[in-house]
Amino acid sequence: MDTIYALASGQGKAGVAVLRLSGPDAHQACLALAGRLPPLRQMSLATLRDRRGETLDQALVVLFPDRQSFTGEPVTELHLHGSPAVVSAVMREIAEQGLARLAEPGEFTRRALENGRLDLTEVEGLADLIQAETEAQRKQALKVMSGALGQKVGHWRESLVHAMALIAASIDFADEELPAEIVAAAKRILEDILRALEAEIDGISAAERIRDGFLVAILGRPNAGKSTLLNALAGREAAITSDIAGTTRDVIEVRMDISGLPVTLLDTAGLRDGGDEIERIGIERALFRAGDADLRLILVDERGMPPGVVAQESDLLLHAKSDDGKDPDGISGKTGQGINRLLERLAERLVAQASQAGSASNDRHRIAMSRAKTAMESALLELQHGEDRTEFLSEHLRQAAHCLDELIGKVDVEDMLDDIFRNFCLGK
Amino acid sequence: MKHGEFDVIVVGGGHAGTEAAHASARLGARTALVTLKFGNLGVMSCNPAIGGLGKGHLVREIDAMDGIMGRVADAAGIQFRLLNRRKGPAVQGPRAQSDRKIYRETMQATLSATDNLTVLEGEVTDFLMQGSAVAGVILGDGSEIRSASVVLTTGTFLNGIIHIGDKRQSAGRMGESPSIPLAERLKSFDLPLGRLKTGTPPRLDGRTIAWDKLESQPGDDTPVMFSFLNKTPQARQIACGITHTNERTHDVIRENLSRSAMYGGHIEGIGPRYCPSIEDKVVRFADKTSHQVFLEPEGLDDHTVYPNGISTSLPAEVQELYVRSMEALENVEILQPGYAIEYDFVDPRALDLTLALRDVPGLYLAGQINGTTGYEEAAAQGLVAGLNAAARAMERDKIQFTRAESYIGVMLDDLTSRGVTEPYRMFTSRAEFRLSLRADNADQRLTTKAIALGCCRDDRKSAFSEKMEQLSAIGKVLRQLTWTPKELTERGFDVSKDGNKRSAYDLLAYPGVTFDMVLPLAEGAEAFPTDIRDQVATDALYAQYVERQKRDAASLQKDSELEIPNGFDFDCLSGLSSELKIKLNRVRPRTLAQAGRIEGMTPAALVLLLSKLRQADGKRKAV
Ligand SMILES: Cc1cc2nc3c(=O)[nH]c(=O)nc-3n(C[C@H](O)[C@H](O)[C@H](O)COP(=O)(O)OP(=O)(O)OC[C@H]3O[C@@H](n4cnc5c(N)ncnc54)[C@H](O)[C@@H]3O)c2cc1C
Repeated sequence: MDTIYALASGQGKAGVAVLRLSGPDAHQACLALAGRLPPLRQMSLATLRDRRGETLDQALVVLFPDRQSFTGEPVTELHLHGSPAVVSAVMREIAEQGLARLAEPGEFTRRALENGRLDLTEVEGLADLIQAETEAQRKQALKVMSGALGQKVGHWRESLVHAMALIAASIDFADEELPAEIVAAAKRILEDILRALEAEIDGISAAERIRDGFLVAILGRPNAGKSTLLNALAGREAAITSDIAGTTRDVIEVRMDISGLPVTLLDTAGLRDGGDEIERIGIERALFRAGDADLRLILVDERGMPPGVVAQESDLLLHAKSDDGKDPDGISGKTGQGINRLLERLAERLVAQASQAGSASNDRHRIAMSRAKTAMESALLELQHGEDRTEFLSEHLRQAAHCLDELIGKVDVEDMLDDIFRNFCLGK
Repeated sequence: MKHGEFDVIVVGGGHAGTEAAHASARLGARTALVTLKFGNLGVMSCNPAIGGLGKGHLVREIDAMDGIMGRVADAAGIQFRLLNRRKGPAVQGPRAQSDRKIYRETMQATLSATDNLTVLEGEVTDFLMQGSAVAGVILGDGSEIRSASVVLTTGTFLNGIIHIGDKRQSAGRMGESPSIPLAERLKSFDLPLGRLKTGTPPRLDGRTIAWDKLESQPGDDTPVMFSFLNKTPQARQIACGITHTNERTHDVIRENLSRSAMYGGHIEGIGPRYCPSIEDKVVRFADKTSHQVFLEPEGLDDHTVYPNGISTSLPAEVQELYVRSMEALENVEILQPGYAIEYDFVDPRALDLTLALRDVPGLYLAGQINGTTGYEEAAAQGLVAGLNAAARAMERDKIQFTRAESYIGVMLDDLTSRGVTEPYRMFTSRAEFRLSLRADNADQRLTTKAIALGCCRDDRKSAFSEKMEQLSAIGKVLRQLTWTPKELTERGFDVSKDGNKRSAYDLLAYPGVTFDMVLPLAEGAEAFPTDIRDQVATDALYAQYVERQKRDAASLQKDSELEIPNGFDFDCLSGLSSELKIKLNRVRPRTLAQAGRIEGMTPAALVLLLSKLRQADGKRKAV
């Protein structure tokens, strides 16, 4: 029996998001993320970390023992901060570490039912639940099929089925006249699909940005005019969509909207050498947060680059306090000089980044695609090993297709046979 | 005429019938096999060959259940070839060219020597009924035979019509009458019937073929047998010839296309895509200028030759023209023209997984009558129907085969849940657990089951247990020592430096690692015979995948055990789309696993189905 996970609370922004894991390794997964096993059936606070020890979130964790949970299996519940980014990071960690797999819709209920944890009268309520789920799935599917992804997905399916058919033909019709280059043809197709998958997966992070917002950090020495700049930006065309002030003592975040893209501006603590303990911590934090940023605005004044900052190609370098407006890279929060130009440049950059976005924007799809990618890579590896590994190659392809089920639809033997008989004259 | 009492009557002595009768008798049921003529037992209607890809797996599985096809085919084999020899063992398929006469005679001798089995000659024209249940058969001479269950395996004999060009005649196959009264009776059961067709090539006189002009295809140097109990061929081995069609052949066919029964619109049945007639090949793949034709001798002392690859329904004189256009066949004489045959089949969705008709208690169907094609598919169904008919008569539990355990299970599940749109043939691609379901381990998968059921005889039992002991012993030897990546790299093995220790057994799963290479790492392994070494190497090669597939298989197994009762009301599943309900009503899945394979079925919908099943269960128990 697999261990499965899913978000138990609704998708989207909420104060708290509950991620539920159920199955034999559910507690193991808690140990892997929280570093310890809290006492059963007691809410406890824990820091969840990824494999490298980076903090994912401060969460409340509860464990339920075997046979005494709602599914009847060992269960772990993680009550996370409700930000989509946090939830998505934790889910990604679970998937990538192989701690559990994403549950199919209805799978929790099914386990509860199988383990006798559901009263048969409660089952009546299931129909509604399923109707809702089916409807949600239908909408999701419709979204995929009608969107840009729909076309790609159709093409992937066709190519994958064809490649699988070529390999299947080389196995099941080995005693027939088949073209010699059949496996080489399959290889080319597989490489193409793999490239397309990779591009799509890369695109997803951009898509997530569009959903969750771009992060723009403002860096500079103390008193270089960062805060004034922030205020100027926020006060102009940009609309402040929310104000999460004081998350930390030193980093101020302002949410705004630039050219229709959600942007979070970070005003960091001024960067300077020395200072007291508290200030040093603040500076470290500023740099750390800025490390995550999609774009950095660096204010350079007569003292030069702020300490601890190495310029990157993607940075926007601005000359602070150019109140007279003569410097093309100049900016003044006070007079408003250069602010319009800056907004334009910002928008240009962000729109460029956003346009890389793939069409798949959902976690389930991302996980499906990266699992399919791994399977395809294994398949191509087997191809190199030679003919006596063809059945392994074929098995990896079957898995790849299976991973993509939800996107491309189930690939059935009949689909392969259709393709084979359409393309080759086989049979005696 | 008065006949003794029987538990099981098998109607038809083709590949399904013979296997069914033997299986039933093996299980201990008093069995009668009724067929038109004793001399027809074990007749091959078409190609004189057994096995192949997917089909060879079926033969091995029949053999592992102690059935007869494998041993008879070994006795009759005159050219053995292991297909896909250069690929991995999971997709290798044993195949053999058979001497028709030896096959028939061995089959007849085998059946005559079987305890509990009586062979009766006669045409079954009707069933004895007891209410809605079948309780025996009535023969053409009016005599009646009673039994608890009946297995019907009449192949292409239901409303069979043979076509040669525009000539048509009613027939079961060439030279035999069809079973018309029986077809009428089946109709009265209101079974869903369909119509299929298949074809066969002309038979040639081998004495008129210029063999010296032909490329020849010999058998394998080390022939691989079907039966786990055999090691070497018994008959003299021969080679086949290969010739080709050419532009002239294709011209003749194109010019006469309208005279072909198939293209002249005389045939409504659907033929298999994987056995295209030569007409089909020429029309559908017009740019192909030549097709291979294998010239297969039908026996050692028989000059009939089967030209594999040119089945046809063209008029006899056109057949002669196109055959003679080929290299080495310029002066060939046709002994019997090729023909197409159309026949009724029963939609196998009317059957349950034991091949019993769901609405006619006591009646089992096996073989081509269920819409399959091929001797091996027929025999495998015969095995299942025979065992279950016997189990029913003896009031024992049903005997099930699952997708996770055998190709037999794959076929049963495919047939009963999806039905057929063209004659069903086995392919290894149909088995999702292909890496676990190999021809080489059919005994490891099934013989234990056969022993537990009581249909395995002593010679196989002892051979099997000896083999299993040796396998477990060699497995221990190969696993006893483990080696660090460093030690292995020093010995020339390319393993990743992940700190994991590996045994010789683990190494055997690596591409390119052979048994001889790991011998130095496993002291004592050299003492085992070659076949045991080969087997353990193969088991090791797939071990990881088998482990992984076991998990999938376990959940499939769970779902397969959740039976959906006959007559379950799918409309009561409120919350499902009407589209899904229509599909469910059409397919009428037998198990939750089958329901899960219906296109568009979501996991959530399955939960709903499961909950309703549970509810129905609860109510039944409460009563
Ligand atoms: C012309 C032709 C071409 C074929 N071509 C191919 C091919 O290319 N490839 C392939 O894989 N397969 C082919 N087949 C199929 C293969 O021969 C069959 O699938 C297989 O033999 C079916 O086995 P069976 O036991 O179901 O029926 P059969 O082998 O047909 O046996 C039926 C038996 O039932 C007996 N019988 C019938 N009616 C009665 C009755 N009323 N009472 C008593 N006994 C009765 C008959 O005497 C016969 O012994 C072909 C078959 C035919 C006829």
